[in-house]
Amino acid sequence: MTEQGVTSVTDQGPTIRIDEPRAGDAPSETTAVDGHVVFDVRDLSVYYGPFRAVRDANLHIRQHEITAFIGPSGCGKTTVLRCFNRMNDFIETARVEGTINYHGVDLYDPQVNSTEVRRRIGMVFQKPNPFPKSIYDNVAYGPRLAGMKKKAELDDVVEKSLRGAALWDEVKDRLKNSGLGLSGGQQQRLCIARAIAVDPEVILMDEPCSALDPIATARIEDLMQEIKSKFTIVIVTHNMQQAARVSDRTAFFTTEVNPESDRRTGVLVEYDLTKKIFSNPGDERTEQYVTGRFG
Amino acid sequence: MPRSISSFSKRDAQMLAGVGLSSICMAALIFGRLTPLHGRLGFAVTAFVLFVVTYAVMSSFTESRPAVIDRVMTVLLTAAAAVALVALGSVIFFTFKRGWTALRHLNFYTEDLRVTGPEQPLTSGGVLHAIVGTLIMTAISLVLTVPLAVTCAVFLTESKSRAVNAVRTIVTAMTALPSIVAGLFIFATWVLVLGFPRSGLAASISISIMMLPIIIRSADVVLRLVPGSLREAAAALGAPRWRTVWHVVLPTARSGLTTSVILGVARGIGETAPVLLTSGYATSLNLDPTNNPMASLPVTAFKLVSSPEPNQIARGFGAASVLMVMVLVLFTIARVLGGRPAGRQSTRQARRAAAQSLADLARIEPESVPEAPQLGERAGRLPAILQRK
Ligand SMILES: Nc1ncnc2c1ncn2[C@@H]1O[C@H](COP(=O)(O)OP(=O)(O)OP(=O)(O)O)[C@@H](O)[C@H]1O
Ligand SMILES: [Mg+2]
Repeated sequence: MTEQGVTSVTDQGPTIRIDEPRAGDAPSETTAVDGHVVFDVRDLSVYYGPFRAVRDANLHIRQHEITAFIGPSGCGKTTVLRCFNRMNDFIETARVEGTINYHGVDLYDPQVNSTEVRRRIGMVFQKPNPFPKSIYDNVAYGPRLAGMKKKAELDDVVEKSLRGAALWDEVKDRLKNSGLGLSGGQQQRLCIARAIAVDPEVILMDEPCSALDPIATARIEDLMQEIKSKFTIVIVTHNMQQAARVSDRTAFFTTEVNPESDRRTGVLVEYDLTKKIFSNPGDERTEQYVTGRFG
Repeated sequence: MPRSISSFSKRDAQMLAGVGLSSICMAALIFGRLTPLHGRLGFAVTAFVLFVVTYAVMSSFTESRPAVIDRVMTVLLTAAAAVALVALGSVIFFTFKRGWTALRHLNFYTEDLRVTGPEQPLTSGGVLHAIVGTLIMTAISLVLTVPLAVTCAVFLTESKSRAVNAVRTIVTAMTALPSIVAGLFIFATWVLVLGFPRSGLAASISISIMMLPIIIRSADVVLRLVPGSLREAAAALGAPRWRTVWHVVLPTARSGLTTSVILGVARGIGETAPVLLTSGYATSLNLDPTNNPMASLPVTAFKLVSSPEPNQIARGFGAASVLMVMVLVLFTIARVLGGRPAGRQSTRQARRAAAQSLADLARIEPESVPEAPQLGERAGRLPAILQRK
């Protein structure tokens, strides 16, 4: 599955590269066929007040790939992920340094409309958080926000999204029932349906399966494989097997004790093809982590 | 022997009865024979203390220490609850009892007091003017306060502005504002300075001043309880701040907001002093809130009860009883309309939702609806399918 994922980007036609990768970015990238870069992250540091949570992260996230973030707890995976759709704007103390280019546009440029950013870059949270509305209204929320009013169009989007999230058959005869009446796994798939209903370009997933049983997890993993031809997916996970199974590239973060302040700062240790990270990692810490000897 | 916490065995009942009897007898002994004490309240208190002590001692013969403590605490807490309930019940009972002679007559609800003198029998005159006045003033106050209070509560919970703390402090201070001050304030500004007449509207404004801080404070708490994850979910779909508030935060908090409004109405509807100051008392029905005094139920009750005539006093208590019933009715309506917590459906709503779901399914994917023949004409109801459950 993973191999197919890596090569599937070839059918994208001529890829337009906005930023040439710099030398030394990630050695093995030259061996793979590179997709269009969606996010170009350069020297990203994130602060919460005076505390630097993440230091100097550099990575490229490519279109129609699944990128996994792994690493021990507190190393800043969520923090980095939430920078991609400017979710950190809601945390008063959070401050971002460095640049994140989204298709060549600096996300944190003052002229960028953060609401529009979030519409294009969807997010699925660790805990399922459906609105206390009906299943239909949950999925239709985003399209309605965007101004879709016609019943037929909404019906169509709701059905497509629920099918896309592999939930349609389970809920099709109770669309008007509350979304809170679903099981946890169904709720999470409902949240995925809600996220894809606005037709985002990127879907950010923060440990989407951490509250789910293996069967629901497997369904969501299958789902990610199915929808990645349409979306670009970034997933944070604590489950190494999951990262190995679903992702095309993996970023390994860890914490380093900060010499100035004695607090732990997250650093991006290694970012590479998933195959390489799990079979032949370039950094000792990565190897220790993926083999379970650390973290 | 383990004691079940929730059940109440026969032995427990026997023991309670025995202990109760013995404590009453002991109290009688102390009060009648051994000491020169007298008085019913003293008797009841003594009997209760004796009851608790005897009960503890008796229990300690058979039970362990935690069980004894548990039993004694149960008695104390039950007694406390009973005292509170009895106090409340007796207030209500007393009011209705004193007002009953007036409440009995239909004319009490259909007439005002414009032609009825204090000595006239209860078959003439009523408090219609006060009922209508209270309804009008409450309605105006609600129209004034609800949008303002909810907006203010939204500001308090959503804004990151530095003014939030100041506003919250002011609102808290306002909850402690004596109602007579609110009345005087409106009287001084609205009537004296701005030159408007004393009227139902002026009274409504002063009532609003009393209601505002209460609604704001409780709505603030309720909005705070809306999980941040829902706000984030809406934001992640590209919802601007105000749409998140409007479509997600407020609907989610709806039932709690209803409770805050009820609390505010409960405060406002019984206000007497500010109404007396800003509207005054009237004995005739006045439907125009902008002009002339307008009576409210509490003011009417106050005025009538201060009369020496027994019939007026009965009318006063009758007015108070009507006020209580009205509050009850308003609260019931609010509960029904304000509904249950967002996302939880009543049986009826669930049934309607099920029917709508099938209608949706029929619209979206007609071929998959079970029992398809009925589709054409009655897609909205499909009773046969509903019966399957
Ligand atoms: N809102 C916040 N305010 C202050 N510090 C924060 C905040 N959120 C996270 N942090 C800190 O930033 C660091 C990184 O947190 P983050 O949530 O990104 O970790 P994570 O890698 O997602 O961990 P986990 O795997 O446990 O979810 C931690 O040290 C955390 O304490
Ligand atoms: Mg996290």
